[in-house]
Amino acid sequence: MLGRTLREVSTALKQGHITPTELCQKCLSLIKKTKFLNAYITVSEEVALKQAEESEKRYKKGHSLGDLDGIPVAVKDNFSTSSIETTCASNMLKGYVPPYNATVVQKLLDKGAVLMGKTNLDEFAMGSGSTDGVFGPVKNPWSYSKQYREKRKQEAHGENEDSNWLITGGSSGGSAAAVAAFTCFAALGSDTGGSTRNPAAHCGVVGFKPSYGLVSRHGLIPLVNSMDVPGILTRCVDDAAIVLGMLAGHDPKDSTTIQDPVKPFTLPTFADVNKLCIGIPKEYLAPELSSEVRSFWSKAANLFESEGAKVIEVSLPHTSYSIVCYHVLCTSEVASNMARFDGLEYGHRCDINVSTEAMYAATRREGFNDVVRGRILSGNFFLLKENYENYFIKAQKVRRLIANDFVNVFNSGVDVLLTPTTLSEAVPYLEFIKEDNRTRSAQDDIFTQAVNMAGLPAVSVPVALSNQGLPIGLQFIGRAFCDQQLLKIAKWFEKQVQFPVIQLQELMDDCSSDFEIEKLSSVFLKQ
Amino acid sequence: MAAPMLRWSCLGKRWVLACIDGGSRHGRGAAIGCTSRRKRGQSSVAQQPLITVQKSRKGEHEWAAVVGLEIHAQISSNSKLFSGSQVHFAAPPNSLVSFFDASLPGTLPVLNRRCVEAAVMTGLALNCRINKKSLFDRKHYFYADLPAGYQITQQRLPIAVNGSLAYSVSVGKKPSQVSTRTVRIKQIQLEQDSGKSLHDELRSQTLIDLNRAGVGLLEVVLEPDMSCGEEAASAVRELQLILQALGTSQANMAEGQLRVDANVSVHHPGEPLGVRTEVKNLNSTRFLAKAIDSEIKRQIHELENGRKILNETRSFDYKLGCTMPMRDKEGKQDYRFMPEPNLPPLLLYDTASLPPGADPQQVINIDWIRDRLPELPGKTREKLIQKYGMLPEHSFALLNEVGLLEFFQNVIKETGAEPKKVTSWVLNIFLGFLKQQNLAVNESPVTPSALAELLNLLDRKAISSSAARQVFEELWRSKGKTPSQIVSEKKLELMQDQEALERVCHTVMEGHPQVVMDMKRGNPRAINKLIGLVRKATLSRADPTVIKEILERKLLS
Repeated sequence: MLGRTLREVSTALKQGHITPTELCQKCLSLIKKTKFLNAYITVSEEVALKQAEESEKRYKKGHSLGDLDGIPVAVKDNFSTSSIETTCASNMLKGYVPPYNATVVQKLLDKGAVLMGKTNLDEFAMGSGSTDGVFGPVKNPWSYSKQYREKRKQEAHGENEDSNWLITGGSSGGSAAAVAAFTCFAALGSDTGGSTRNPAAHCGVVGFKPSYGLVSRHGLIPLVNSMDVPGILTRCVDDAAIVLGMLAGHDPKDSTTIQDPVKPFTLPTFADVNKLCIGIPKEYLAPELSSEVRSFWSKAANLFESEGAKVIEVSLPHTSYSIVCYHVLCTSEVASNMARFDGLEYGHRCDINVSTEAMYAATRREGFNDVVRGRILSGNFFLLKENYENYFIKAQKVRRLIANDFVNVFNSGVDVLLTPTTLSEAVPYLEFIKEDNRTRSAQDDIFTQAVNMAGLPAVSVPVALSNQGLPIGLQFIGRAFCDQQLLKIAKWFEKQVQFPVIQLQELMDDCSSDFEIEKLSSVFLKQ
Repeated sequence: MAAPMLRWSCLGKRWVLACIDGGSRHGRGAAIGCTSRRKRGQSSVAQQPLITVQKSRKGEHEWAAVVGLEIHAQISSNSKLFSGSQVHFAAPPNSLVSFFDASLPGTLPVLNRRCVEAAVMTGLALNCRINKKSLFDRKHYFYADLPAGYQITQQRLPIAVNGSLAYSVSVGKKPSQVSTRTVRIKQIQLEQDSGKSLHDELRSQTLIDLNRAGVGLLEVVLEPDMSCGEEAASAVRELQLILQALGTSQANMAEGQLRVDANVSVHHPGEPLGVRTEVKNLNSTRFLAKAIDSEIKRQIHELENGRKILNETRSFDYKLGCTMPMRDKEGKQDYRFMPEPNLPPLLLYDTASLPPGADPQQVINIDWIRDRLPELPGKTREKLIQKYGMLPEHSFALLNEVGLLEFFQNVIKETGAEPKKVTSWVLNIFLGFLKQQNLAVNESPVTPSALAELLNLLDRKAISSSAARQVFEELWRSKGKTPSQIVSEKKLELMQDQEALERVCHTVMEGHPQVVMDMKRGNPRAINKLIGLVRKATLSRADPTVIKEILERKLLS
C-alpha cells in the first residue's frame, strides 16, 4: 500500500480497502524504521494520528474532503506550521513554534491531508545537498536500494558501504527522501534555485516548481522572496497535479499571487505529441554534464521526435550569467530577510546583555551557520550605497535578460524546453563535502536556477537509472502560468520512460527484521 | 555634550537679529525675521531666503538660513499599513500586534487600501502629481523597535511628487500684515511607523511596545524654501489643518501623529548652501519654531567663531531651549535600500486609464477621489472673507482652533448681530476665556446659542457692551442660565426710559457746574467725564451714545 501513488491510495481509501488511521500508522512505522535517513526533523505523530482519526470519521460518514483526505504528507521545515516547531534546520529557530499555518499547509489540512512531520533541509534552504542543516545531513534512500547496492558490489568489494551513503541533493532533500522512502505520498518543498527539482532528480521522484505567483508563499520562511516558490514532490506527475490543484490560486495574504481564478488541474491523457515543439537549449550542454545524463537527455529528445514532435535547438544566450547574477540577488535578499532574526521577538537569544547591539551580534553569530552568515555578509556588501548600482542594479538587469531569453524562445513557438535537472546522479556524502557549500550550490543549480529568475514552471521527472543504479532526472520548463500544459507533457513522458521503482527490501532487511515484505511487493509504479 | 550648548546660549545674547520687513509676531527680543525679499519663482532652486544678521561689534555680516522639513503624519485608518491590526492611541502595550507586525518569519505585507487613498487625497490637496505607478523599498537598520530590521517605505518612486503648500506668516508689526508664502513639496511617500522603545535606565532594560509598529505614515518632504522657525511653524500649521480637513491624519503633534524633523543650514547669500543639521524631537509648532531659530543662531555662532558645522542629527531640548547632538544617531548610516519584493508596484488609475470591467474594490481612481475632496482651509478662509467681510487674520484665527469655526457659524445662525461683532466676540472674548483656562472649544461652558442670545440682546441695545461682558462672565461661571435670566437677575438691562435718563443727566450737570463750564469752553474731554458720571449714576445701565446725545442737546439749549 505504501508504495502506491497518491491517486491509487486515495482510491483505496475511498473504497475502504484501508482506513486513514491504518495508512497513517503504516507511514509512522516506516518513518521510525527509516529514521537514519534523517529525512524528518519533527515527526508530528500525535497530530497525524488525530488528523487521520478525523479523516476516518469523514470517510465513515461519506463526507470525504476529496482526493487528499486521509493522505499522509510531509512538509519542509521552512513552512510555518501552527503549534508544530518550525526550525529551518537552524539554531536560530530551534524551539520556534509558529502561531499560524502557512497558506499551503492550511490548504492541505483543509483538504483532509494528514501531516506526518517536518522535513530536513539545508539551514534556511541555503544549499544543494541537504547536508548543511543543524540536524545533520539527509541520506538518500537510493544508497540502500537493491539497484545501487548490487552495482556497488560488482565494482568495489570490501568497501564500507555505510560510509558511502549518497546525498539527496537539496535543499528540499528531506521532502524528496520522505517521498522516495514511501513515508508519505506527497511532500512540500521550496524552490528558489532548484531546491525542489534537484533533490527530486537525485531521489528518483517528481519535483515540480510552479509558476511564481501561482501558489502562495505566505508562511514560507523566505530565502529569496522574488524567486521562492513552494514546490511539490510526489511519486508521479499525476500526483503533483492533484496537489497543485489544491494549492494554486490567489491568496489575500500574498500580494504576489495571481488575481485570476485558477481552473482545476486535471491531466487528460496527452495525445497531441506530434503537435508539440520541444526546445533544447544549447547552452545547457555544459562541459561538466556527465555523459550518462547527456545520453538520457538526447534519448528523451529522440523519443519526442520519434513520436512526431518537433525538436529544435534553441538558445538562451544569457544562461552563463545566471549563477553570478543569482549570487548577488540571492545574498542581497538574504541579508534583508535575515535582519529580523535578532533574538527579540522569537527564536534564539544569547545570554549576553551588555547592550542591545552586543546581544544582536552574539545571537546572530550563535544562531546562523557559516553559510548563512557568509550570504548575509555578501548581501549587505552588495546593498551598500556605493555598490548598489554596480551589483544589485546590474544583477537585476541581467535577470531581466535571462527572463527575456525564455520569453523569446517561447515566442518563437516552442512549447516546452527539455533540459537535464542535474549534472550527474547523486554523489556520496564524503565526495560532496570536498567542496564548500557555495561552490556546490553554484555547480548544482546551473540547469534549474534560471527558471526561478524568470518565474517559470518547471518539473523534474525521473527518467532512468545510471550505470551505478542511481536515478537520473530530466527537466521540462514551461511558459509562465502554463503549468497544466507542462505537467501534461511531463506525464506523457513519464509514461514512456517507465522509471523503475526503488527496491528497498535490502534496506528494510538491514534495518528492521519485522518489516512487512508483503507490503513492499505492491511497490511498483502504476500507470 | 551639554557644555558647549550652555556656553553658547549665554553668548547668544550678543546677536541682534534684525528683520528686513517685520519682526516676530511673538515679540521675542532677539528675533529672526522672515523676509519676503526672495523671488517667488515657480520652481527655482535658487531661491535664497534671507535673514539678515547684523553683527553688533564687528560690523555688518549677512547670513541666510535655509530650512527644509520632513514631516511624518500618521494616517488616520482603522488598521495598519500592511496588516490587519487595529490602530489606537494609548492602547495597552503590545495589544495591537499582528504576526506581521512582530515580523514572524513567513508573514507578508498586504497593502491597506485606505492608506493609499489617504496618500492620494493628501497629494491632491497639496497640488502634487500623483504617480500612477509607485514602488516600495526596504530601508534597513537595526533597532529594537523595528522588528523586521527594515522599514518598508517608498524611496525610489513615491506615490506623489512636486506639490506646493501655501501658508501665511505675519510680517508687519500689526497682525493684519499677513504675507502668503509657498513651500514646494518634493514628495509624499507611504511608509511604516516603527514601534516604541522605553528605556529603563535604572534596570538597564529596554521595553518594546509594537502597537505603533506598522501604522501607516505619510512622509511629506518640504523643500528647503523656508528661512526661519516661524515660516516652518506656519507651514506645518497649515499642513496640519489640511490633513485634518481631509481626515487623512489627526495630525496631533502632542500625540505623535505629526512628527517634524527640520533640516537647517546657514550660508552667506550668493554662496553655496552650508552643511546642514537635522533637528528632531519637535513635538509642537512652538518648539519647532524655537528649535529652528536656536539652531540657526547656533550655526551662525559656530561659523563666526571659525568652527565647522557637522552633518549630524540634533535633538531639541525644550528645557534648555537649544539643540543637542543625538548620541544614538552618531556615525553614518547606510540604509542599504532594496526593492520590497513582496509588494508588486502600486498602480493607480484615472477615469481615462481605468481598465474596463475593473473591480472597483481592486482599483483606485484618482479622479474619483479628486471629485470628493472636502473643502480645504484656504478655500474656507476665502469664503469667510467674502461672506462676512472678515479680515484675513480673523479667518486664520477661526480655523486655527479645532471647532472654533463651527462654533462661530452656529452663533451666526442664531443671531441677528453683525458678523463683525460676532467675529470680535468669538475671537476676543470667547477664545480669550478658553485660552485662559486652557480649554478646547468643545469644553466651553458657553454654548453657541447662549452667545447668540447675548449678542442679540446687545444688538437690540437691551444691554450695554460692558453689561454684555458681565453677562458673558456670568454665563461662563454658572452653567445653565440664559443671558436673559442673568440680565434680569443682575438688573443689567439698559434704561429704556428716555425721560428718566434725561432727569439723571440734568441732575449730574447741575451737580458738576465746573465740568459743564469746561465743556462749554470747548474742552472735548469734559463731555466724557460727564458721560462717565451719568453712567455711574445709572449703574452702567445707560447707553453712552444716548447719554452723549442728551448731554449735547442740553448744552445747546
